[in-house]
Formats: sequence, structure tokens, C-alpha cells
Amino acid sequence: MEALIELGQFILQNLINALQRGSFYAVISIGYSMVYGVLMLFNFAHGDIFMVATYIGFGIATLFLALFTGFLPGPLIFLATVVVTMFLASWVGVFVEVAGYRPLRSAPRASAAITGLMIGIIFETGILILLGAKRLNFPPLMESISYNVGGIYFTNVKVMIIIISLLLMVALHTFIQKTKWGMAMRAMSYDFLAVPLMGVSINIIAPLTFAVGAGLAAVAGILYGQAYPILDPYMGVILGWKAFVAAILGGRGSIKGAALAGYLIGFIEIFVATIFPSTLRDLIAYSIILLILTFRPRGFFGMEHSTKLRL
Amino acid sequence: MKKLACLVVVAFAFAMMFSTSAYSARKTIIKIGINAPMTGDIPKVGEGTKFAAMLWLEDIEKAGGLEVGGKKYDVELVIEDNEAKAESAVKANMKMISQDDVLAIVGPQSSKQAIPAGEVANKYKTVMISPWSTNPSTTLDRPYVFRGCFLDPFQGPVIANFITDEFGFTKAAVLYDVASDYPKGLAEVFKAAWEKKHGAGSVVAYQSFTTKDTDFSSQLTQIVRSGAEVLFTPQYYNEVPLIVRQAKELGWKGPIVGSDSWGSAETVELCGEACYGLYFSSHYAAAGAKGATKTFIDRYTANFGYVPDDVAALTWDALRLTQQAIQDAGKITGKIEKDRVAVKNALANIKNFSGITGNMTFTPEGDPIKCAVIVKINDSGEYEFYKSSCP
Repeated sequence: MEALIELGQFILQNLINALQRGSFYAVISIGYSMVYGVLMLFNFAHGDIFMVATYIGFGIATLFLALFTGFLPGPLIFLATVVVTMFLASWVGVFVEVAGYRPLRSAPRASAAITGLMIGIIFETGILILLGAKRLNFPPLMESISYNVGGIYFTNVKVMIIIISLLLMVALHTFIQKTKWGMAMRAMSYDFLAVPLMGVSINIIAPLTFAVGAGLAAVAGILYGQAYPILDPYMGVILGWKAFVAAILGGRGSIKGAALAGYLIGFIEIFVATIFPSTLRDLIAYSIILLILTFRPRGFFGMEHSTKLRL
Repeated sequence: MKKLACLVVVAFAFAMMFSTSAYSARKTIIKIGINAPMTGDIPKVGEGTKFAAMLWLEDIEKAGGLEVGGKKYDVELVIEDNEAKAESAVKANMKMISQDDVLAIVGPQSSKQAIPAGEVANKYKTVMISPWSTNPSTTLDRPYVFRGCFLDPFQGPVIANFITDEFGFTKAAVLYDVASDYPKGLAEVFKAAWEKKHGAGSVVAYQSFTTKDTDFSSQLTQIVRSGAEVLFTPQYYNEVPLIVRQAKELGWKGPIVGSDSWGSAETVELCGEACYGLYFSSHYAAAGAKGATKTFIDRYTANFGYVPDDVAALTWDALRLTQQAIQDAGKITGKIEKDRVAVKNALANIKNFSGITGNMTFTPEGDPIKCAVIVKINDSGEYEFYKSSCP
């Protein structure tokens, strides 16, 4: 009996660990998935947009904490940081679209893909030159309190990360499904040649998609800074790759799919590392994903019609 | 027109290149190579290396050059960035040896870069002193490669003994990066030393992760549940804060002990109060230092605004050792291959060198015999001397 409780605690504890990790993959992968859905291109710069957004969040958080500590309650400072960072980061997204992808819209897809990689490198080295190679310490926006419920440890920060991520996804889903702008984006993902003829301008929808993706990345960045407070200019690379895998696994343009796949990767990673040595973690995780894609080449919620489009 | 302008620029660039190399050929300058991680995962280590080297060069310049055999030579530092990567460290060494004609190389700092880079230095018969690399492979069977610090086979048992004597624990957990030479080597040595003391199976959790990981929750969950009393993690300053923090969040109550890689000035800055009261083994302790060590610390602090970490102190010693060896070699012939051999022979013969991190005499393998200290991070975040352990 005791062993069973022990095992139950162990599994629940890792479940919480996996939910936190998965939340980051899920929120970031949605940014990939949206751009992929609407514009049929992989925005490889997204991981680095996340990185830049985290640095912006770092700046805003440091500024607001210095200005408002004592005047405003902690949660309000947190909220203000999130809102301002989201706003600024969206402009980074818009910039990437306008400066990087728009001039190449009619170019071969491969050119657009490497543009993403190049923008990513420009961001990385830009931050490196601007701030130096020094690691930065993201200031805590709320005091971390550790709870122990029946032998399972979690903090208020962890719970907050999971809840905010889920709320974001629901909000985004509503935006895409229920609003006019969302409808325009969905229409664009069906056919981005015919829809502009109906009066929906791709020059508005494309930057909007990038802005929403970057805004999500900004929230993810601030939450990431709370969970793993060491920032470095290359932090977006690996996270970006994994989120990219999640976006593909979820199916083209599917928010639901990307979120689900993000959590799945988080779970596989945590549980594989629990059972096997950590060296096997990525090997096993990606073998499982390869297997899933073999049987579902379009991912979880990929649509059939995507084959007739380019790429 | 454009093409012409382009051509002129290229021609000019070539002319510049040749003119500088022609200049250096006329006058013998002693060049010392520095192979350090200026960017990458541990830039603070590179910064400390560079700053210590700048202070050393300042001394040489103040004396009007380096005096060898009654003649003064100008000294030039060639600083190459190895990005904390093994392949870049190899490339940097190749470049410094074949293009820059350095007389000796100081660096790389971490074993991950020092082991492969040492291979190159030894092959091309150029003296290389790694100030900070504690893995035995760095100098093993390489007559041209030296180091300025103790070795992991010494450090591992020091830590195991310290934990046993200090806390009386018998069950330990280890968390280390399996993809990096230094943590992997030291984790193995520590495990062996601990199990020798407390019997097989006394390392109750032996968990690994891979470079650039930021989430250690699944490993730490296992460590917390293994019943271990102490956690040993021989990691660098970019990982230590995350490990310490996540361990505490997952309910870890025991002490966390580290190794000399914790000694960077940045560890406490990034980790904050979570790291106060923790212990690690190191090469020297800044708080409460005396004599030449204190002089160096004060000078470094005055120049760069923070207390030098062990990397800076060891780099200083490595450069002073190089200087001593060049002077002992007796004369500079100007034939670089011959001079390199002379410097190597002189360095191997140095006895009882008095450095700021302790006295050093090299073994035939190129490793110094010197003491280790246990450092405690005190309640104001300083590295305080706690205990010393000599071979």
C-alpha cells in the first residue's frame, strides 16, 4: 500500500513538472502554428522572437519593479508588465513580417524559410552586441511560495504558469473562432490567393498573425523568466525547435493541435528522463514523434486540403 | 566605378596585412596566446581571464618589457574567443600557433575545451597552460601541456571527505551534465570516492542532464525521493542557480555542495539568497586573503569593480608561470620552434613557484601539487574560506 502511495506521489509530482514544461512548448508552438496556417511558411525566427520578447519583458519588469514597488500591489505590476511587454513584442513580430517576409512573399518558399533563420541569428547577435554575453537574472514578479500537499510539491508560480497558459489558449481559440479578424485569418489559411480578392488584405492579416504569435511568446517569456530566471541570447533556439516540432505534430494551423502536441512533448520529455538516463531523453521523445507522424502524417488535426497548396 | 573602388579597398586591406606582418618580423615580440570563452555559455569565465591577463600585461609594460637574458622584449597578448565550444577552442589554438606564432598559450579554461585544445598544442610542440581545467586527460601523456590547478581525482575525495566530516551523512545524490567533460569526470570521481567511504550503493541517486537543459524537475524529483541527505552538483554558474532553485521548490531540504566550477563571480549574483550557506571546493577564497593574494584582489577590484573569481586568480598564476619559464629559458633566439621547446623545458623545471593560489611544483605529467580549499557562501554572498585540504 505504502509503495503504491509513493508511486502515486511520484507520478503526480512529475505530472505537475510536465504540465509546467509543456505549457511553454504549447504557448510557443501556437505562434509557429498560426503563421504556418495562415501564410504556409515556417517562421523559424519564432524561437528568437520569444527570446527578444523575454529580454523586453526583463527590461519592463526591472523598470516597473523599480518604479512601482510600494505604490502598486504585486499582481498589478505583474499585469502591467505582461500587457506592456505583449504590446512591444507584437511590434517585433510585425517588424519580422514586414522587413523579413513581405519582400519575399512571392519568392520560393525555401528563401522565406532561411530568412527566418537569418532573422533569428540577427536577433541573437544583436542582443549579444547590445547587452554582452553576460547572463541576466529575470527579477521575480511574485514571491515564490512552496506548497506541500500530500507529499507533492508545487509553487504558486507553477500553478500560475499552467493557469495563464491555458487561459491564453482558450482566449486565442475564441479570437480565431468567434471574431471577424479570426475569421479572416481562417479564410486566409484556406486559400491565400483567392481570399485577398474578396477584400481581405494579406498585408493586414499577415502582420496581425505575427503580432499575435509574438504577443503569446511575450507572455511565455515572462512566465519562463519566473520559472527559469537565467536569460541568455541563445535561449530561444532549442525551445523554438521543440515548439516547431509541436506545431507540426499538432497539424497545420491548428491551435488545439499545437497546444496538445506541446503538452505531449513536455510529458514525454519529463517521463522519459524519469525512467531512462537523460541522454536518451531526446532520442526517445523524437522517436515517438516520428512514429506518430508515420501514422498521422498531417499531425493530430491537420486538414486534408493542405496538400493542394504550395510546399 | 564601383568595382574599381572595391578593388582599391581589397588591395589596401592586403597591403595593411602585409605591412603589419613585415613589421613584426623585424622586431622580436613575445606573443602569448589566450584561449578563453569570451562568448557562449560561460562568458564570465572569459571576462575574468581577459581581465587578469590585462593586469599582467600592465605590469610587463610598466617594467618596459619582459626581460630575457638581459634584453627587454615587448609582449603582445593574442586573445582568441573559443565560445565555450570544443571545436572553436581547437581552431583558436591552431590559429594562434600557426598564424600568430605565439610562444605559449594560456587557456582554455574548461576541460571540455582544454582536452581537445591540448591535443593541438602538444602536436605542434607549443606550451599550453590551462589555468582551470581539472580533468586528468588535459595533461595526460602531453609533455607540452600544463595546468595551474589541482585535479579532479584529488578534488572528488576532498569533497566526499568534507561532507562526511562536516555533516556525517552517508547517502549522497549527484546531478551532473553528461555531455561535458568536467562535470562528468568529477561526478564519476566523487561517486567512486563516496562509495569507497560509505560502501556500494551509498550514492542513492546518480542523475544526469545534457548541456543547455534548463528544466531539471524530473531528475530532482527522483533525487528528493531517493532519501539522499546531500546533493553534489559539479556544474557551472549558469546552471547552479536553476538547480538550487528547482531543488528547493521540489522539497529538497538538505545541503547542496558544489565544486570549483561554482567559483565564478557570477554564481551568487544570479542565484541570490538561495545559494547562501552552500559550500563548494575551490582554488582560493577571496574573503580574508592575505599577502600577494590580497594585493591582486584589491588591484583587480579597483580596476574592474568586482572581486576576482578563481579563474582570474589562476590565470594570473598561469601567466606568471609562463613569464618565469620564458625568463628561465635564458634567451629568445627568434626561431619560434626552438624557443617553444626551451620554454617547455624551463616550465617543467620550475620548483616551489609561489603563486597567489598556493605554491606549485609540477609533476612530470605537468600537474601542480597544491592545496584545495572549501569555500562557504556566507550570508552576504561572499566566498569565505572555510577549510583547507592539502595532498
